[in-house]
Amino acid sequence: MKLSVKRLMGATAAAALSLGIGAGAQAASHSDTFKIGLVTFLSGGAAESFGVPALNGGKLLIDMLNKGELPAPYDQKGFGGMTIEAVEIDEAGGATKQVQEFRNLVQREKVDAVLGYVSSGDCLAVPPVAEELKAFLVLYDCGTPRVFEEGSYNYVFRTAAHATMDNVSLAKYMTSRGIKVDSYAGVNQDYAWGQDSWADSVASMGVLMPDAKASTALFPKIFAGQYGTEISAVMREKPDLLHSSLWGGDLQAFMLQASARGIHKRMRIALAAGDHVIPQLGKKMPDGIILGARGMNGLAARAKGGELVDLLWDRYKAAYGVFPVQAPFRMWQGLLGVKSAVEKAMKANGGMKPTAEQMAAAMKGLSWEAPSGTITMALGNGHQAIQPNAIGTTKWDEAAGEMTLVDVEYYDAECVNPPDGVKAVEWIKAGFPGAKCD
Amino acid sequence: MKALSDIRITTALALVVLVGGGQLLPDWALFLMTIALAKGLVSLGIVMQMRAGLVSFGQGLFFCIGAYVSGLMANFTGVTDIFLLTALAVLACLAVGGAFGPLLANYRGIFFAMLSLSLSMILYGVLSKMNSLGGTDGLNVAAPTFAGYAPEGRDLSMTLYLYTVVIVVFIGAMLRTGFDSQHGLVSLAIRSNELRVEYLGASVRRTNAINYVISAVLGGIGGVITGLAIGHVDPEYAYWTTSGEFVFVAILAGYLSIPAVFVASIILELVRSFSNLYFPNTWQMVLGVFLLVIILALPNGLGSLFQRRREGGS
Repeated sequence: MKLSVKRLMGATAAAALSLGIGAGAQAASHSDTFKIGLVTFLSGGAAESFGVPALNGGKLLIDMLNKGELPAPYDQKGFGGMTIEAVEIDEAGGATKQVQEFRNLVQREKVDAVLGYVSSGDCLAVPPVAEELKAFLVLYDCGTPRVFEEGSYNYVFRTAAHATMDNVSLAKYMTSRGIKVDSYAGVNQDYAWGQDSWADSVASMGVLMPDAKASTALFPKIFAGQYGTEISAVMREKPDLLHSSLWGGDLQAFMLQASARGIHKRMRIALAAGDHVIPQLGKKMPDGIILGARGMNGLAARAKGGELVDLLWDRYKAAYGVFPVQAPFRMWQGLLGVKSAVEKAMKANGGMKPTAEQMAAAMKGLSWEAPSGTITMALGNGHQAIQPNAIGTTKWDEAAGEMTLVDVEYYDAECVNPPDGVKAVEWIKAGFPGAKCD
Repeated sequence: MKALSDIRITTALALVVLVGGGQLLPDWALFLMTIALAKGLVSLGIVMQMRAGLVSFGQGLFFCIGAYVSGLMANFTGVTDIFLLTALAVLACLAVGGAFGPLLANYRGIFFAMLSLSLSMILYGVLSKMNSLGGTDGLNVAAPTFAGYAPEGRDLSMTLYLYTVVIVVFIGAMLRTGFDSQHGLVSLAIRSNELRVEYLGASVRRTNAINYVISAVLGGIGGVITGLAIGHVDPEYAYWTTSGEFVFVAILAGYLSIPAVFVASIILELVRSFSNLYFPNTWQMVLGVFLLVIILALPNGLGSLFQRRREGGS
């Protein structure tokens, strides 16, 4: 009996091997469907706040596009009449795994485009592979400016602004709203995102509020969950402002622990990317928190309104029971960007399904409308988007039982993003040369 | 003498099958095989220590050193020659392994596992803090060249695959000889009764230290190839989950057979790749169930299948 189990196992293993290798011989996708790989976090720390809402928003939009339910200029069904077929991949597992999965998507699943990546590490690792395979890749979420500052690609695009504008906008908000800041502290996660956010914040404040002193900068490790020490340290320091780029469960835990100790009554708190925890925290997010959403997304977009915003808002809320935060907005702007590029390329090639080269040529320097405003591929030689930003202050609406954003300030894309060819950090330190603000 | 010719035949057969099979593989599978074989080398290092009853949870240390040698050399000196990079990684891992091997050889069981783990986590922590090396985001690695030959596209994948195959088969044959040698048999004896081995006059400490250093070198070679194939290195290479994956493969394979290690590594990569595609929300569970089934059905790993057949044949 034992032996036969072993034989069976051996046979299964061999079969799995040959099956696995053989499964590569799948037919390439037809010309009446457009196969797109969607890669985002479905497990791990970034799933609840970024990955799952983005994928939900994406599935919703793809469904609506396939039925032709969007207003002009997006009223053509699918992408240029082709039905969109999505292949979902979990982004968890690190850059090594993502490079393999990307190759599998392109070479095995024969997708026509890949849209994805929240993690900056993945956004740095995957583009060289896309370039090697000549595959059309759209990065939709990640923040690091390094992608197009250190590299130059033909087939890779990012449809969301990089993280520089988050902290530049926060600093501008302090000056334009007349918030007195003599000293400020920071609580940011100890990895590239948190370190970069704090560096950008200090540099921006150095230009806009040169008299404000950066006091304590704390870097708890990512997914720490407990912030008692940091909160005590900040409260002892008594700064006027507390800057944080925490996200997800970390931000939820921090806000719950900090607000229980009344920290928001002693100093202003500015969260560079904090809107996405409001569905979870609700009323537990105190009033008066200065909130960014990495673009004119979520509550800030709701405050401004518009046809696409209302459409996304109502349909998302109806489908998933919560309002859309920044992640679905960024997914929409990515997918609508791909749609615009595909349809532009089809117009140029006489209505055929476009190749990766044609899509890349069409997307370069493209500009399109999304719920989050006008997206323009202005940087990185036409491969990196800039977009408008908005910062507001939280206020709980007791009557409606929902969070609102008040005192919202909107920033033009060219006001808070560097011009092409200038490195973000150097642009901030030089005092934002070339910025076009109203 | 018979054993020697056996190894020669197996080696030649493995080379023919892997090289020939590689020509038939589609691009994605070629890449998957390269990664699986390279990671298999790292797991082989663990298997080597498992033969003496030790499980290292810190092979990521050497995997990461190897990968960063390729990344740093490419970025800061422009060296992309794979032979040179491999040699440098071997040297680096020899140095680090040589420094810690004798120290770790004093520990057993969970203490050995935790100490080796802590060393790799120290490297992870240091690399994460070094913004000049890209911090947690890591840095990209240029495509390798092969003694002046700079292929692209499928040629690049194929050359890298062949390079990996030759190294893997060569090392596999050497280790098989090593496993059957006095040193290798002493390792096995340590696993059954350490005290008796000492009384017989062999040094357990020395054997363990040598095993550790050799497995360090294997880890480094695996790291160089993986770093060059992926084209990106980050501190995650030294993170405990990465080391855990190598242990996973070692357990899957068992310590009886060398080819089993690479088969296990390929199976793991395949299961992960397809489960991620077909079960994007539960692929981790598929992996877990898979390991559980293997452990229940084959407590000594996949290798026990090969072993039994060999005994039956002779």
